[in-house]
Amino acid sequence: MEDILIRLEEMRNAAQLGGGQARIDSQHAKGKLTARERLVLLMDEGSFEEWDMFVEHDCTDFGMGDNKVPGDGVVTGHGLVNGRRVFAFSQDFTVFGGSLSAAHARKICKIMDQAMKVGVPVIGLNDSGGARIQEGVASLAGYADVFQRNVLASGVVPQISMIMGPCAGGAVYSPAMTDFIFMVKDSSYMFVTGPEVVKTVTNETVTAEELGGASTHTSKSGVADLAFENDVEALLELRRFLGFLPLNNKEQPPHRPTDDPLDRPDMSLDTLVPANPNKPYDMKELIEKIVDEGDFFEIQPTNAANIITGFGRMEGHPVGIVANQPMVLAGCLDIASSIKAGRFVRFCDAFNIPIVTLVDVPGFLPGTAQEYGGIIKHGAKLLYAYAEATVPKVTVITRKAYGGAYDVMSSKHLRGDVNYAWPSAEIAVMGPKGAVEIIFRGDRDDPAKLAEREAAYREKFANPFVAGQYGFIDDVIRPHNTRRRIGRALSMLRTKDIQNPWKKHGNIPL
Amino acid sequence: MFKKILIANRGEIACRVIKTARKLGIATVAVYSDADREAMHVKMADEAVHIGPPPSNQSYIVIDKILDAIRQTGADAVHPGYGFLSENSKFAEALSKEGVAFIGPPVKAIEAMGDKITSKKIAAEAGVSTVPGHMGLIEDADEAVRIAGDIGYPVMIKASAGGGGKGMRIAWNDADAREGFVSSRNEAKSSFGDDRIFIEKFVTEPRHIEIQVLGDQHGNMVYLGERECSIQRRNQKVIEEAPSPFLDATTRKAMGEQAVALGREVGYFSAGTVEFIVDGDRNFYFLEMNTRLQVEHPVTELITGIDLVEEMIRVAAGEKLRIGQDDVTLNGWAIESRLYAEDPYRNFLPSIGRLVRYRPPEEGTRTDGTVVRNDTGVYEGGEISMYYDPMIAKLCTWAPDGDDRPARLAAIDAMSDALDAFEVDGIGHNLPFLSAVMRQDRFREGRLTTAYIAEEFPDGFTGVAPEAAGAKHLAAVAAIVNLRIQQRASQISGSLTNHPRTVPEVWSVRIGDTDIPVSIKTVGDTETVSVDGDAALAVHSDWRPGSTLAHFTIGTETLQVKVSTVGTGLRLRWRGIDAVIRVRSARHAELARLMPKKLPPDTSKMLLCPMPGVITAIAVTEGETVEAGQTLAIVEAMKMENVLRAERKGVVKKIAAEPGASLAVDALIMEFE
Repeated sequence: MEDILIRLEEMRNAAQLGGGQARIDSQHAKGKLTARERLVLLMDEGSFEEWDMFVEHDCTDFGMGDNKVPGDGVVTGHGLVNGRRVFAFSQDFTVFGGSLSAAHARKICKIMDQAMKVGVPVIGLNDSGGARIQEGVASLAGYADVFQRNVLASGVVPQISMIMGPCAGGAVYSPAMTDFIFMVKDSSYMFVTGPEVVKTVTNETVTAEELGGASTHTSKSGVADLAFENDVEALLELRRFLGFLPLNNKEQPPHRPTDDPLDRPDMSLDTLVPANPNKPYDMKELIEKIVDEGDFFEIQPTNAANIITGFGRMEGHPVGIVANQPMVLAGCLDIASSIKAGRFVRFCDAFNIPIVTLVDVPGFLPGTAQEYGGIIKHGAKLLYAYAEATVPKVTVITRKAYGGAYDVMSSKHLRGDVNYAWPSAEIAVMGPKGAVEIIFRGDRDDPAKLAEREAAYREKFANPFVAGQYGFIDDVIRPHNTRRRIGRALSMLRTKDIQNPWKKHGNIPL
Repeated sequence: MFKKILIANRGEIACRVIKTARKLGIATVAVYSDADREAMHVKMADEAVHIGPPPSNQSYIVIDKILDAIRQTGADAVHPGYGFLSENSKFAEALSKEGVAFIGPPVKAIEAMGDKITSKKIAAEAGVSTVPGHMGLIEDADEAVRIAGDIGYPVMIKASAGGGGKGMRIAWNDADAREGFVSSRNEAKSSFGDDRIFIEKFVTEPRHIEIQVLGDQHGNMVYLGERECSIQRRNQKVIEEAPSPFLDATTRKAMGEQAVALGREVGYFSAGTVEFIVDGDRNFYFLEMNTRLQVEHPVTELITGIDLVEEMIRVAAGEKLRIGQDDVTLNGWAIESRLYAEDPYRNFLPSIGRLVRYRPPEEGTRTDGTVVRNDTGVYEGGEISMYYDPMIAKLCTWAPDGDDRPARLAAIDAMSDALDAFEVDGIGHNLPFLSAVMRQDRFREGRLTTAYIAEEFPDGFTGVAPEAAGAKHLAAVAAIVNLRIQQRASQISGSLTNHPRTVPEVWSVRIGDTDIPVSIKTVGDTETVSVDGDAALAVHSDWRPGSTLAHFTIGTETLQVKVSTVGTGLRLRWRGIDAVIRVRSARHAELARLMPKKLPPDTSKMLLCPMPGVITAIAVTEGETVEAGQTLAIVEAMKMENVLRAERKGVVKKIAAEPGASLAVDALIMEFE
């Protein structure tokens, strides 16, 4: 017994050191923390319980038989984040470059299976050179085993990927199937094929950072949701982020007390929408002034900035917020913004997070680039997501709600539960100028008459009353009361219970 | 008395006049341009008349439009405020023809004082001390030396066509004067093609001190003490005070009497200001007379208890002054800080836009007897427009004369507190700069000159570094805020009841590059904080998650700190310090120290967009060699074209923005090799 305990202690110590002090130092020199240090930051102090510390790979080829490190390049287990359970794996770059062996994959699969059984999130801290080449197809099989579990867990428990080092080749597809991908600036990158292969195949010269660094994926590709300055910042922000999410799809999102009164009016919102209908304003100001404590956790802030997505709270209850941003591309919908918001709406719906939609949309972005790029199908994603969602949906039209984009943005017709309009709302098929040029084509050579017609059209439609007559909006609200009115609607909807017809799954226009 | 006053102005001064008119039971009429439809003065007035498009030369200074507004509303008097038509004698004349009272001085006085040369002549005739000098042409160096000797050294030798320091020399003795005359004349000839030279007294350690006068239409006139306005930036006054820390009773009396003499000379009535420049030996020289209400009039009101606007109205209505010179007493000390929409970190670049947050400190008398007054014309959600003066507010504090502490220091400290409690966001503003000045020893000691800002901030304003004591205070504040955040985070639903998260007592607070250990203990209802091993002090705070401004009492000191979060950091703003501070457990701090220090990108080889705007043109191509001063790009912002020029010779490496692109501030336009 004593011998066993001594041996256990030795093995634990060996595992703690991972690939050895030299490699730990080298990891630190790269500005990265080790797998275990990262878990210290992620979990409540002393709450992490490690599993499978003694797992080693079973490969004997290429001299691997003598080269074994307990844990085999990934630390797995569970712990608490503000007292709430999460499972996590943290790849250890100091051990075989964090490469994925069959044993490494089995460890990840084990905690994913367990997380599914108990219904808690899975967090992956990725820092891996890729497949364990020495193991060949066994390693590839390991990836696929993880992929399969990602898919089955999708929509059941939240899955979050933090990219904290290289993530290339097949490895990228596990994060790709999780709900959110966060990256660390300057020390992480993701791509399917690296710069060398790119050079060989397409003759493009590109650095790893340009090809798949945090700024590329958070602004150009939209693959990653957020980028953080460093490991510490990233993991502490991840803790904050988890506070918005339920542990699984059967739970309501977590509540947390707040001193911010719901009936706090904000008179400055009465002047948010400028008198000139073509002048932009910052929709983020509205979001920050209506959510609890001004605390808004934005997702994809630098990608498709013409739509804003993110989480806030109302009366301590998390809400997902989707809002057109008039400051960027006049807030129109295009391919990138439809994909971004569509995916966000589906996440909220999967995890019972009510959706608040703030609308100021002049329509879909016209042009060949959009049409050739398939705006029809991509725009339909957002439409589909809103129509399919059964969570509480509260909508406020602040200004423009034109054309098909009006329908898309959580309109009454897509089962919007409570739809409000500000007095500045204009709900119409299109802007007054465009409308009269079509309706009164005969007057096109008479600018004076057209102007007169435009004024008449504006008079009729540049207000919320026509939509109000049809019951397409439930009430016209004063901007300064927006927080109170949304909160009241959400509290009324807390017991909302509707089901979509039984189906194996819908066929979203991918 | 008048029935209805029209205020031919906007912004804070219009609001200021409306307040007094209301007090006197007089109805008010505001005028407004398109840009001011929602402005505060419009909301405050009993009636409002639209007078045209935003540019003031199409609205506020168009006499006919004001006259129309008067006819339309039946106003029987007009207060012009300051600026705009306030010193326009044609306007005063037009009003008189219309049979409407002008709440200001007589036309003749406006005319006489409106011209710099005439006003100086009149001043000299009235026995007012003017800067000694020789206005005529000077033939040769010998004559220059003789004149300089007559004036008394030091003297300034100036090219009459000069400007920008060219053709300008300071001479301290005959040799300097001889040499200075020659080189000035040569420089003037080559730079301006005009070698006329004149000489005047060079005022050393100049201070700007002005006398407030008030007269009625019956020949009575008093002076209401002085204001010192030496804290200026490019001739724009920033901080004013009354009285001046520099004047003694004798000088004050001499200046006051000369100011009144000048007023009498031109038959002045209403409120007016005689500006002097005062040298290090308290010699004072007349600069000019402003025939209107000054921006900085509130400091005089605070120390005299006189409502200058009320007096102006009464005088205009023909009433006699209710006070004589003997009734004027200066009581306590008043400071005024002008809050401008100018970004101090960007060399005071004007900043326009929406006031996302505007929460001034509470006005009125505080428990320690000091008074806070805030004159403003804006509100939260309002707009600072490009068309008018970028002043947001005039914040004043007043402190009574006390036995234990000089009134001036008490007023400065009250100002410091009031600035700490002033929340402005959405636009750049000079609050941190004003706070910084209030803490400077030189300012507190009253050692002022008009070059104060240039001398104290030679490299511009870069913020205030938290000095030792300040850092400890901020560390304690950050630790308390963090503790509340962590405690609240652990109250989330779904946390396992038997595994509660324990929030530690010991924290590491990182300010700049320093980690300061802070421990917070809770015993019963009392929290104590110990910073860096110091004795534990009791702490109280009304900060709650989401509070943007809160009180923190640490031991015996109370701070008002602005708090916001930046990622996992806390941004604290206090006394001009603006710092992002991180509070971490000891272990987390240890890991954080392993993180690489990321230097901000080297922007010296980049052209960044100086303000939000649209690129209207890119004037160069990639690979092109550009010379210093060459146009690189044009950015249209605030409806104005801003030409961006090369600072030095270089080769364009990459152009990152296209014409038509709408760029945020600091967005990359092009890079150089």
